[in-house]
Amino acid sequence: MSMGKPLPHDAAPLHVTGQARYIDDLSFPANALHLAFGLSTVAHGEITSLDLSAVRAAPGVVAVLSAEDLPDMPDCSPSMHDEPLLAMGTVHYVGQPVFLVIADSHLAARKAARLGKITCRELPALLTVDAALAADSRFEGGPVIWAKGDAATAIAGAPRVVEGSFEVGGQEHFYLEGQVAAAIPQEGGDMVVHSSTQHPTEVQHKVAHALHLPMSSVRVEVRRMGGGFGGKESQGNALAIACAVAARLTGCPCRMRYDRDDDMVITGKRHDLRILYRAGVDDQGRILGLEFTHLFRCGWSQDLSLPVADRAMLHADNCYHLAHVRIESHRLKTNTCSATAYRGFGGPQGMIGIERVLDHVAFAVGREPLEVRKANFYRGMASADASGGDISASMKAEGSSKGGEVDLTSRGAALPVGSHDLPADGAVQTTPYHMPVEDFIGHELVAELERTSGYAARKAEIARWNAGSKVLKRGIALTPVKFGISFTLTWLNQAGALVHVYQDGSVALNHGGTEMGQGLFQKVAQVTASVFGLDADRVKITATDTGKVPNTSATAASSGSDLNGMAAKAAAETIRGRLAEFMAERHQVQPSAVTFADGTVKVAGESYGWEQVVAWAYQARVSLSSTGYYATPKIVWDRVKGTGRPFFYFAYGAAVTEVVIDRLTGENRILRADLLHDTGTSLNPALDIGQVEGAYVQGAGWLTTEELVWDGKGRLATHAPSTYKIPACSDRPRDFRVKLWGKPNREDSVGKSKAVGEPPFMLGISALYALSDAVAACGDGTVYPALDAPATAERVLMAVRRVEGV
Amino acid sequence: MTVAFLLNGTPVRVEAEAPTRTLLDWLRSGGLTGTKEGCNEGDCGACTVMVTDASGSKALNACILFLPQLHGKAVRTVEGISGPKGEMHPVQAAMVSHHGSQCGFCTPGFVVSMAVAHLNGATDHDDQLAGNLCRCTGYAPIVRAAEAASGEAVPEWMVADRASVAEFAAGEAGAFRPEDSDALAEWYLANPDAVLVAGATDVGLWVTKQLRELTPVAFLNGVRDLQGIEARGGQLHVGACVTINALREAVAERLPSFGEMLRRYASVQVRNAATIGGNIANGSPIGDGPPALIALGATLHLRRGDEMRSMPLEDFFIEYRKQDRKPGEFVAGVSFPERAPALRCYKISKRFDQDISAVCGCFNVTVEGGRVSEARIAFGGMAGVPKRASLAEAALVGKDWTEAVVNAAAEAMAGDFTPMTDMRASAGYRMLTAQNLLRRYFHDLNGTAVSVLEVSA
Repeated sequence: MSMGKPLPHDAAPLHVTGQARYIDDLSFPANALHLAFGLSTVAHGEITSLDLSAVRAAPGVVAVLSAEDLPDMPDCSPSMHDEPLLAMGTVHYVGQPVFLVIADSHLAARKAARLGKITCRELPALLTVDAALAADSRFEGGPVIWAKGDAATAIAGAPRVVEGSFEVGGQEHFYLEGQVAAAIPQEGGDMVVHSSTQHPTEVQHKVAHALHLPMSSVRVEVRRMGGGFGGKESQGNALAIACAVAARLTGCPCRMRYDRDDDMVITGKRHDLRILYRAGVDDQGRILGLEFTHLFRCGWSQDLSLPVADRAMLHADNCYHLAHVRIESHRLKTNTCSATAYRGFGGPQGMIGIERVLDHVAFAVGREPLEVRKANFYRGMASADASGGDISASMKAEGSSKGGEVDLTSRGAALPVGSHDLPADGAVQTTPYHMPVEDFIGHELVAELERTSGYAARKAEIARWNAGSKVLKRGIALTPVKFGISFTLTWLNQAGALVHVYQDGSVALNHGGTEMGQGLFQKVAQVTASVFGLDADRVKITATDTGKVPNTSATAASSGSDLNGMAAKAAAETIRGRLAEFMAERHQVQPSAVTFADGTVKVAGESYGWEQVVAWAYQARVSLSSTGYYATPKIVWDRVKGTGRPFFYFAYGAAVTEVVIDRLTGENRILRADLLHDTGTSLNPALDIGQVEGAYVQGAGWLTTEELVWDGKGRLATHAPSTYKIPACSDRPRDFRVKLWGKPNREDSVGKSKAVGEPPFMLGISALYALSDAVAACGDGTVYPALDAPATAERVLMAVRRVEGV
Repeated sequence: MTVAFLLNGTPVRVEAEAPTRTLLDWLRSGGLTGTKEGCNEGDCGACTVMVTDASGSKALNACILFLPQLHGKAVRTVEGISGPKGEMHPVQAAMVSHHGSQCGFCTPGFVVSMAVAHLNGATDHDDQLAGNLCRCTGYAPIVRAAEAASGEAVPEWMVADRASVAEFAAGEAGAFRPEDSDALAEWYLANPDAVLVAGATDVGLWVTKQLRELTPVAFLNGVRDLQGIEARGGQLHVGACVTINALREAVAERLPSFGEMLRRYASVQVRNAATIGGNIANGSPIGDGPPALIALGATLHLRRGDEMRSMPLEDFFIEYRKQDRKPGEFVAGVSFPERAPALRCYKISKRFDQDISAVCGCFNVTVEGGRVSEARIAFGGMAGVPKRASLAEAALVGKDWTEAVVNAAAEAMAGDFTPMTDMRASAGYRMLTAQNLLRRYFHDLNGTAVSVLEVSA
């Protein structure tokens, strides 16, 4: 059984030898052209003149396009058609593409793009959430508010109130392979597009729209990305569309990649936000009532901000039962790059808010933070095991009401409305959005991690060490994770696959998911091979291709293996069923008596090689190719009301991080991290551990060294790795202990596994609260550190001074 | 222009390319696409290649390496890290079996860095890999792979370059590439507007990011008489073309705090290219070399034609990007005391490795009989130039070396600098940290633990 084996990434031998091909490595015909955008240098302004004569005259330039050349301006938005490919009269942020250069080399295009003279009448630019709030500049009519119980009354009646304001920074994806695309014109006006995208169908849809072609005339292929992390869910649209438009115009293949600085300036990042919180608590730190306000800085266009901000609201509880809660979410429109999907998709922003509340509450009531966390946990699964929990039967999603405008393929689409009865808190407690939490394993998982990490003993030892250390202080924290798995736009929870068995017994696999390094292809190959009783290396993995499997959802929301694994399994099972039937007939037994294992087919006491059986089946004219399809069961969601079961299940985890800080400079270091993460019955434990380790470091980076800085004119000052600092090799925890929980998913997921892409990102939150613990050790316990994120050395030092009372 | 070098063991001659064509661009346009472009500025290491010459094999960033810099050397790309029959190098095999690649885009650069470290017997993996960024793995499996491969034998094809390059007759480079400082001095006097390219770790970005055309250009990495380090009369005399890695080796035992700071100066790839002369001549207010050298009381040596002159290093820096250097004059070398037991160098940056300093503070206070007899304190990041904290020094000299005096000197430092706010730090943080680094220095000399890098869980 190849499912569950810790096999290396299928492309690892190609990666390490330099043979793995990315889009910029592909061979293109000699007449291929290269594109570059000319960018806005002001944050908000009306274009009064555009002088492109020097651009046109530059060496190697074939053509230059601006808004006046494209009266029917293509749109790049994954949501409400508010992103023209090139600025139309007004620029909305520094870095907005204004004109497009088509040249005979990448360098020629870049050089020419610098020669444009864009003159603007500057308009007031809204750069901060405060400015946007004051101007009432926002997406959707007003704030989205979801509530359960009566938070205001609960807080008013509580023995203590803990409140504060918390700034949380954004995050640049820093995929190592920048955005890149290529378009190759075909006969009859058709277009083939290579795009480094997590969402080939979205690119297909957008290119078809731009060229006025049916989707069937555009084929998008994605072999692999050099990293995505959400940054290639919608942000590659502009390059693919530009290539397609230029390819149609010139009749030549067109290629485009952003130089790193352009990439960081043009494309969206994780949303930064401010979180206001007000909690009513008892003397033990139990939350009686809680109010959150989320102020999201969404940037100039809507992109995926609504579902991102929704998901933050959906994770505002994390592992904690909130009987009376109110969450108010503002999606503010600013003159900055359009914030977009990033691993966790708002979940981290929601979760870090409640963890801040608990850290603050523990400080206020003078209790150990982990004890306060546990006192607020949801009730465990043991007491909640009764129900199957399918509330979808009473609540069916309807299609969107705004058919014509909808981008059906994107998470940014208008959303369905349904209705159902709300389950109440009972034996099974419900989330702030009224979903029963039936699978909560936080108690057991955290207890296990406390034990294996030696949390209590280390906490005591750190206190002793700190007492004797004048300049350096250590800190430790344990934080848990509960992350909901499914797209909140219900219809995206579907997938297709295509499996071929060739007459020599070799197997080719195709599905709708994309490979960005997470090992999805290998996992799905393992699932497929297991159905046939073959080793995974017998399954040929082929590039994602909209011509093979249509209507794919983005490889996002951690859903890749869950959806595509099930679809591929269905396809393989169809073929296996035909083979079983064929062999059963030959031996006059029931098909169920035919077994497939270890490369052989066993029937009626006989054992045949897989290849032999396949050859016979081919000769007997049995179809050896099948599609497969999967739609996630049980889910239903009304985002307007904020009620339903948006998630098929939750994935859990917990982390202990230990840090040291220098109270004189704020310099800080992660010393050790212990992670325990729930991936159900892992499809591939090696790949899962890779996801968990990598996600932790990326999450810790978000909260420590990764600081995005804009100047007062809205220019991003940190637009290259020289100034934007993702973790380097020595920043990983020197002592790094990672384990998988290993118990099966209670829901019927592929192989009883759980999704792993995003949930462990939030294990990094423990680093921020370990730093908070170390800062608190610099004071006398009267002033809460109130450490904002990212906790750079500067922010840590300022927090130290607060608690020192300087 | 003709440049000749060995590429994966095979001699190549490159004709008629612009002198600032980068190796990365040339490799990829010629079909060797294993070497990747991640940032195009030497910060991510995805383009790392191995370059071998008489001094050994080094990892370098191909994105900011101009073709003439390779004249007479041997280049090995990821394609050449595998054996001639496609055999995997031990680090490649270990990267597969230890799950060291996910998206795979940074992987070729890692593999080359690891293979060079493996060849050189280096096992300080965190330092060897500080110049390679990975966004997927969190580095743990990569370090596991490096550790696993460290015991394996070096494949023969990896050592072949050393012998081949010794026999390789490259001939004359078409680009101006002097082989001694006399030739450089004569040419530069005649071409005072030329750009002198030493390691190209900064000039490279003028080309790849500012898209500038540089002409005329001289490539200095063949100037042998400026590559020496000599200990003489209690002083180290360091040629301008000594790389930062070579300098690091020279000071590691003599001036350990300076050596530790140089460990954190950029990355292996950058330190293998960057020179101390370039670091000084560049005049950047945030270069890490000058504050340490000024604290040491270094003397700078300049040459123009046949004229030589020397000056205290701090006098070279006049104001932001303006130095006391005449047209046609170049930095020839720097000399500084071989020992300075009280020297401490502190680099404050957002990230420990491969980051540019927000504040770099270097302290060298001489205490005799409990009293401060001399104080040299120099900072980077606090002014438009690397600058001494004169008021703070004055507040120390002649006083008892006590915490109270140190605190008073820290207060006095407020008059020394008017730092700026930028993306690395605020003005307030810079000043506070500069003052606190003096306090750290006091604790440090007293034996109190002050470095977060020396604490373990």
